[in-house]
Amino acid sequence: MVERIPILKIGETLLVTIQVDFHDRVALALQEDLTDKIVTHSSKGVLIDISSLEMVDSFMGRVLGNIAKTSRLLDCHTVLVGMQPAIAITMTELGISLQGISTALTAEDGMELLKALMSKKQKRVSHGRQIARK
Amino acid sequence: MANDTMTSVATLMRDSQKEILADWVDQQLKDPARTQAVPESSLRASSNEFLSIFQEAIQKGNLDNMAAPEWEGARKMLSELSASRALQGSTPSETASFIFSLKEPLFALINKQLGAGNIASSEAIVRYSKVLDQLGLYTFESFQKSREAVIRRQQKDMLEMSTPVIKLWEGVVAVPLIGTLDSARTQIVMENLLQAIVDTNSKVAILDITGVPTVDTQTAQHLIKTVSATRLMGADCIVSGIRPQIAQTIVHLGIDIQDITTKALMSDAIREAMERTGWSVIRNTSQES
Repeated sequence: MVERIPILKIGETLLVTIQVDFHDRVALALQEDLTDKIVTHSSKGVLIDISSLEMVDSFMGRVLGNIAKTSRLLDCHTVLVGMQPAIAITMTELGISLQGISTALTAEDGMELLKALMSKKQKRVSHGRQIARK
Repeated sequence: MANDTMTSVATLMRDSQKEILADWVDQQLKDPARTQAVPESSLRASSNEFLSIFQEAIQKGNLDNMAAPEWEGARKMLSELSASRALQGSTPSETASFIFSLKEPLFALINKQLGAGNIASSEAIVRYSKVLDQLGLYTFESFQKSREAVIRRQQKDMLEMSTPVIKLWEGVVAVPLIGTLDSARTQIVMENLLQAIVDTNSKVAILDITGVPTVDTQTAQHLIKTVSATRLMGADCIVSGIRPQIAQTIVHLGIDIQDITTKALMSDAIREAMERTGWSVIRNTSQES
């Protein structure tokens, strides 16, 4: 039985806090679970907190990138928060720039950013409707 | 080789220490390599001190191994001497000839005692020559070591000095980079900057490269790395202080600085940073006079 990272649903967003040893199988399980949850709850945003992550390798970088890409396909924004300086340096040294994934310093900032990203989209939708009504 | 000749040389040295000292100091003062870094009085004092330590050490009879405990005192004195000379700015040859110039007065003494040209005296000279050579090399090595220590310390000071992270405003930090940006410095800049972002909870970081003399592909690579690391942390990075020549070089080299926000001046970068963090500066016209 693979250890699983809990995914919390708060309104339209999903909250993931990585507090356990984030090894390869846990990472893959998270990717799977998260994709399922996004579809079942039709979530619009995912907040991933990695502030207690102290080690990263290229595989984890790739998994995080893949999570962002899959959620993008499902029309859902991903925000990564709380990366440690050492992890950021390692990631750049490994050549992982996580393009397309939004980042924020703290969970609070990340939530705000996620709300802004989600409301932008909603505005666009309502704007579209207005045009249609006219 | 009888050890009694050796000890007799030691006894002789003790008896005629004054003459040797005078002779030796004279030799050192005459040396064309001598600079004015070490004054005569301290030269005389250290020569006298060394002579006492030296004759004490040879009295114990171990002339082959300078690493032996009998020579502990001599080694300690020589390394202290060369360290202080390195700091005073003596030349390496001047420091080494402190020991080498002892040869002449010492050999004159041996010749006087054992008679010039016979086997005993030439054997003694060969042996003492070896001893002094070893001590000379030791002096030189310690001199080199202390010089290297000085260089290392200065390098460290420079690294620390050249990478300050400044908190400009609430949520805005800046790093004015001065000097060439190599990978070792980039690493330090990155570490300091990222830590400062966490500590000050900043949203925007400004990298100012006004003080970077040249930007080549490698420097640009380092800049891009720093910017993407700050992005991963969840902060925006603005590169400012791009001089006209540097802008041209970047274009000529075909460096793709991707979607990094760049500004010509630090003030432009500050304005942009304030805007992004939601601040605005308003000039109060009523107070203008």
